[in-house]
Amino acid sequence: MTDIRADISYSDNKEAGFSDYIALLKPRVMSLVVFTALVGLIVAPGALHPIEALAAIIFIALGGGASGALNMWWDADIDSVMKRTAKRPVPAGKIDAREAMSLGFALSGISVIMLWLATNALAGALLAFTIFFYAVIYTMWLKRATPQNIVIGGAAGAFPPMIGWVAVTGSISIEACLMFMLIFMWTPPHFWALALFMKSDYHKANVPMLTVTHGRKATRTHILVYTVALIPFALAAGFTSIGGPVYLTLALVLNAMFLQGAWAIWRRSEVQAEADGYAVEKRVFRFSLAYLFLHFGAFLAEAALANLPVYAEFAASFKILELF
Amino acid sequence: MAITREHELHKRRSGRNIGLAVVLAAFIALVFGLTIAKVQSGATLQAYDHSYRPALDPDNVRFPQR
Repeated sequence: MTDIRADISYSDNKEAGFSDYIALLKPRVMSLVVFTALVGLIVAPGALHPIEALAAIIFIALGGGASGALNMWWDADIDSVMKRTAKRPVPAGKIDAREAMSLGFALSGISVIMLWLATNALAGALLAFTIFFYAVIYTMWLKRATPQNIVIGGAAGAFPPMIGWVAVTGSISIEACLMFMLIFMWTPPHFWALALFMKSDYHKANVPMLTVTHGRKATRTHILVYTVALIPFALAAGFTSIGGPVYLTLALVLNAMFLQGAWAIWRRSEVQAEADGYAVEKRVFRFSLAYLFLHFGAFLAEAALANLPVYAEFAASFKILELF
Repeated sequence: MAITREHELHKRRSGRNIGLAVVLAAFIALVFGLTIAKVQSGATLQAYDHSYRPALDPDNVRFPQR
């Protein structure tokens, strides 16, 4: 009698589970995208049907996930070299790089077309541009070419609140631009504060990082310069229709604290930093997260307070940039 | 004796299939919801329905009576 049992080998334990596909979409990045896009959508004048708003947020997040998958496809070679990224699904061998590419392209198409159908063409076009910017301009070009990669690449993370705004209004305004600039100018000091104390191995992957190419002193100077450049945009948003006295008060305090932190980082030497285990750099990095969260939280607070007629009347005198 | 043998790999594949099913079902529900929302907000969806209805004519142009 023939034994028909096939000799099935289960040695390949690298087959991906559902969670690996979720990991391919960079869920932590998606959560920031969801939050900022939601703020842009809520503070915009006018309103979407709740289902349309839900769809807009989902497809903006999906677009962010698609660009994450494209990033993991293209960067599979350098991800496998670096300790921090070696366990990602593609370098870990769980998902084939071409599969990540296919999923990235498919989700890009779905998210852009669905956002367009759910809201408007400009929002869809902006999402398409954001995916293109992150996958092509940042991942394929700048990341391996210049230590300023994070500066220009940060634009990709700055688009979601603008897309949320455009999904409601159908047009770009000064408020949308200032929300964009807030994240765009915040990204470099936030990231470089991390780069100072994280023992990264970007050099092994030949990715130019400012701390390596220009030294740590230059990185400290860059943090201070970008923080100074960030402040006018953060404060200017307070004088538009999405700002007001509550936002302005909070922004003044937060920006003074961020500037003080950047100044402290700039004044320190490597010897001092190593002596206390990069305490200041770590504090500023943690603060920078709260900085962005609280600014966008303040936009939400202003939108909620605008429902009180007394407050709305008082806040109107601050909104001098509405005219432009 | 069972002719199939459960392996961790099968559980993983099953998890993947269920995950995909949930995602597809959610997508269908979202598209359906969007359709309802779009139709509900479409105030100008009424048509003439084979006979002229002056109330629906934006210019309220009436044909000259003989």
